[in-house]
Amino acid sequence: MSETPDERADRLRAEALDAPTISEPEFRTRSRRAFLVTGAAAIAGVAGWQYLKLGPQDAGIPRLLRNSHEFNEAMWEPLISPDRLAPTFPRSAATMVRLNGMIGLRSPLDPATWQMRVLGPDSTLLDVMDLDDVKRLPKVEMTTELKCIEGWSTITHWAGARFSDFAALFATRVPQNLPYVGLATPDGAYTVGMDMASMMHPQTLLAYEMMGAPLTGPHGAPLRLVTPVKYGVKHLKRIGTVRFMAQRPQDFWADRGYDWYIGH
Amino acid sequence: MPETPPPVVPAAGRAVQKHPRAVRWMHWINFPLLAIMIWSGLLIYWAYDPYRIGWGETTLFEFFPGWFYEALGLTRQLAKGMAYHFFFAWLFLINGVLYVLYTAVSGEWRHLVPDRHALAESVQVALHDVGVRKELPPQGRYNAAQRVSYSAVILMGAGSILTGLAIWKPTTLAWLTALLGGYQSARTIHFILTVLYVLFFVVHVAQVVRAGLPNFWSMVMGYERPEPAPTADPFADAPAAPVSPDPS
Repeated sequence: MSETPDERADRLRAEALDAPTISEPEFRTRSRRAFLVTGAAAIAGVAGWQYLKLGPQDAGIPRLLRNSHEFNEAMWEPLISPDRLAPTFPRSAATMVRLNGMIGLRSPLDPATWQMRVLGPDSTLLDVMDLDDVKRLPKVEMTTELKCIEGWSTITHWAGARFSDFAALFATRVPQNLPYVGLATPDGAYTVGMDMASMMHPQTLLAYEMMGAPLTGPHGAPLRLVTPVKYGVKHLKRIGTVRFMAQRPQDFWADRGYDWYIGH
Repeated sequence: MPETPPPVVPAAGRAVQKHPRAVRWMHWINFPLLAIMIWSGLLIYWAYDPYRIGWGETTLFEFFPGWFYEALGLTRQLAKGMAYHFFFAWLFLINGVLYVLYTAVSGEWRHLVPDRHALAESVQVALHDVGVRKELPPQGRYNAAQRVSYSAVILMGAGSILTGLAIWKPTTLAWLTALLGGYQSARTIHFILTVLYVLFFVVHVAQVVRAGLPNFWSMVMGYERPEPAPTADPFADAPAAPVSPDPS
């Protein structure tokens, strides 16, 4: 039988009163206790907040929060896999990426004499490569979305060599299972530290073309890192040095308070 | 089983529990957590703040004018905003999940989940609250507008978590980002939900002020004294008028 409006009103009233009750003296006791507990909790909350703001800091960020970046990293990194690809888009959706930083690009560059140094974990020079050496690796093209840490994003067409193909050239000359790769501009002004899982991702490229044309100077000519598993800050332009590393490499933006890992 | 429940009268003189302890704790913990999430979210949003209300060349309101960031000290702290946001998001998530589990298991959800009349009745409640309508529709512990908004804000919380994950991990969770219309779409929804929290907060605080101190205090200590029953004789409490002596 369906409920009449009056029955519903009665039921609702009954529901509201279907709860424990206490006497007036008990009400006063609980009221006083709640006042003290609330006060103590509020003081504890403010104290915790002050500790965050005034306690140990690391590049202007509370250390507890920086450590939580590493908790987040430990949680998400196992999910980075060669099978888990960033979405790709039709090439018609691609546009040029906006220019958003010239750090490491201020010195003049002669693309003809540019060379990339490849270092092992102990800084031994493994190779010095020019652009033709990189171009001899299989060319990969992809249209992916570059996400800037600021929040904007751009779908762009890239072409270059997979870092995994590049790394295979040195497979016999560097220890297996090194966890990191460090990259730097020729002047060393901009550095990027990367975890190996993200570097070996099939969409992580040593890119030399954007929108079907060789990279322009401000976009990182002649060779830059492109990796849709990281924010734009990791897309180091004008690569000067690549080093396979055992320790976590220095990173320009991590030194300035950003999450080192900053993965997607 | 009787088809109509017997009329229930509040036990005379006894205060009735309105908010169980767990709900009170989670409510008050959520308040600073959400404030921190919105503040740190604004530190992040400042770095790329394209949203506005308007059409074509006409802008009615931009999110946000420069003075807003300056007045609240929100400029140039992207790294800090991200650090706070990705730490406190976990606490926000845990608190929200515990709240949903608690209300589901304890049966509290019966007071909160809207029934099929709730949407129409919440309009009536709103009309009453702005003074257009005299009567309130029947209600339990919460009126229909409260049921709708308190349930909606939980769904909004779930929406914030999902859109947040979609913009935090758009490669690992590419399916989620795609489901939400892509990276920029997920970011826009994430932002709109935040605006809705602020609107919720404004109305919520206004209603709490209107409802008065005993109602507010019941959210802190849990119980509310029964309202005094209307007396049958409105003059019962009036002091007896002195009997004037017979004029003589």
